[in-house]
Amino acid sequence: MAEIHIPTVAELASRGESPDILFWVGCAGSFDERYKRVTQAFVKILDKVAMNYAVLGTEETCTGDPARRAGNEFLFQMQALSNIQVLNGYGIKKIVTACPHCFNTIKNEYPDLGGTYEVVHHSELLQQLINEGRVTLKGGGEFSGRKITYHDSCYLGRANDVYEAPRRVLEALDAELVEMKRSRANGLCCGAGGAQMFKEAEPGQKEINVERAEEALSTGANTIAVGCPFCMTMLADGIKNKEREADVDVLDLAELIAESEGL
Amino acid sequence: MAILSQLAFISIVGLFSYLIVKRIQKIRSNIRFGRKNEIFPDPERWKNLFLLAFGQKKMFKKPIPAFLHLLIYVGFLLINLEVLEILLDGFFGTHRVFAPWLPGSYAWAISFFEILAVLVIVACLAFLFRRNIVKVQRFTRPEMKGWPALDANLILVIELTLMVAILCMNAADQLLQVQGHYVSTGKFLVSSLLIPLFEGFTPTQLMLLERAAWWFHLVGILAFALYVTYSKHLHIFMAFPNTYYGRLSMKGKMENMPEVTHEVMLMLGLPVEGNKNPPAEGFRFGAKDVGDLSRKNLMDAYACTECGRCTASCPANLTGKKLSPRKVMMDTRDRMEELGMGIVEGKTLLGDYVTHEEVNACTSCNACVEACPVSINPLDIIVQMRRYIAMEESGSPAAWNAMFQNVETNFAPWKFPSQDRFSWAENIK
Repeated sequence: MAEIHIPTVAELASRGESPDILFWVGCAGSFDERYKRVTQAFVKILDKVAMNYAVLGTEETCTGDPARRAGNEFLFQMQALSNIQVLNGYGIKKIVTACPHCFNTIKNEYPDLGGTYEVVHHSELLQQLINEGRVTLKGGGEFSGRKITYHDSCYLGRANDVYEAPRRVLEALDAELVEMKRSRANGLCCGAGGAQMFKEAEPGQKEINVERAEEALSTGANTIAVGCPFCMTMLADGIKNKEREADVDVLDLAELIAESEGL
Repeated sequence: MAILSQLAFISIVGLFSYLIVKRIQKIRSNIRFGRKNEIFPDPERWKNLFLLAFGQKKMFKKPIPAFLHLLIYVGFLLINLEVLEILLDGFFGTHRVFAPWLPGSYAWAISFFEILAVLVIVACLAFLFRRNIVKVQRFTRPEMKGWPALDANLILVIELTLMVAILCMNAADQLLQVQGHYVSTGKFLVSSLLIPLFEGFTPTQLMLLERAAWWFHLVGILAFALYVTYSKHLHIFMAFPNTYYGRLSMKGKMENMPEVTHEVMLMLGLPVEGNKNPPAEGFRFGAKDVGDLSRKNLMDAYACTECGRCTASCPANLTGKKLSPRKVMMDTRDRMEELGMGIVEGKTLLGDYVTHEEVNACTSCNACVEACPVSINPLDIIVQMRRYIAMEESGSPAAWNAMFQNVETNFAPWKFPSQDRFSWAENIK
């Protein structure tokens, strides 16, 4: 199979072109060993449907989300204003990202600082591709009978009211979608939001990710679908804590689609 | 005698009105300790007020307490029509002034109020049962010990007693009607069942009982109205402005700090002309005390009725961390009240009321914001305290300071060299 070429915005600009949509990879998607596989699965899908997309490559930097949530407004705005200069410099209009934190920050918080774009989460783009018939899932196959539960990430769900797109994507896989008791607007956080990802939890009786992993396991699902790099880390750790990593997978929506597509 | 009674009535109503107005002015000035919010009118605000406050939409996430709460709420709203009659009677020295105007339907109206009164009694008993016998978990958390628990029980007992007084008053009234002492109105549905209790009473005793219950109800309601302004029960009024002024933006959006934008644009060498927000002299970045919070934050604190739905849904609290969003709201109110009494020196919200450990435990997941039936936003207060800790105290947890440094030097929260950012793209087949 030929190697997939990942176009950068700079490369397109040098040819006088611009992408229809920018794929904002995010720090986890760029550096985290596990989440890099999600990034790769997603670009394989974009490549297959011949999307006119591009990434910023080394020109991308942290959106500033963890700095703002940890209270460092100066650092957040440094990051935000620098990123906005780059995005506006390239005339970017539409952005897709596989990270709900990047999604929320760019969509809701950059406009106050002069960066206004149409921002979608990759679950929304995947749903659109399925609806348009550009991604056709064979159905039947390996997913029929597989029990999947979906974990709502706070920054996609409660924070931005995106509850349906990820579920429609999972339903298209012809898998059995089972809900956790706390789902949608009542979903329980994985424990990583608000920059908790970058420090130890405060003293308590239990880790939040273990509480959530227990809830996910209680559905009897053998796949926990997520749409967020932090949720993925937290739930995978929670599953390990319950010693269930051998029979339960924590997978991103893009990975499930890519798998079903044989990509 | 009638004149004396009217004078007593007017003095009592006047005194309580004065005290209540004073207290409302105090609450208003306490809220104005906060920074001014820029809140623009929007039809959405009226919709929120109508659905959330008037329609109690979010209460119905928990159907059983929502139903019981609805009984008390409807009872409170409608029985006030009877209070209107009490006020008019007291003022003009009349007795049941509405009765001649509503021939035939007066007894039905009073019977309807009596049914509501019974439903209020049932709901109050059920709530007392939930709090004190079943001990529903969210009512027994550490921040509820002492005054907050007593406050809740007092409210229920007062409401219950007021309803019992109305029923006793009506029962005595009907006996006096039969004996020809009072104008005849027809039978009241519920209180007529209580008549056997008072049948041995002499007319004087009955009149004494009827008048005592009447005065008790009047003074009780006025005293309760004043009490409410000091109590968590203030939500019965504050729910309305609070849902109106609630945020309309997506929950994930954190408020921008324009004062910081000015500084950062200077640092980045971006043009700042026309920026109307340079930080004022002595501007404090983030919130250390209630005066640093916004007026909406402070209004939130007065609107909180300590139901604890926020805390019951908080992932940090659920897993045994010290953070409780409800406590943050209660602390904000307590500190604001303290400041309103002129106690300024020595204490601050952050440190003396809310600890760094509580502030640091928040995952900013918005579960508390989602859970609140009256649009209170504890997260907004927590974030402002985090800003103070990070920017004024440089007191963030060490791991966060390391993360800040990574973002500054490697442009990612982890310590990876930024030139490796695109290496994920190699060898994808």
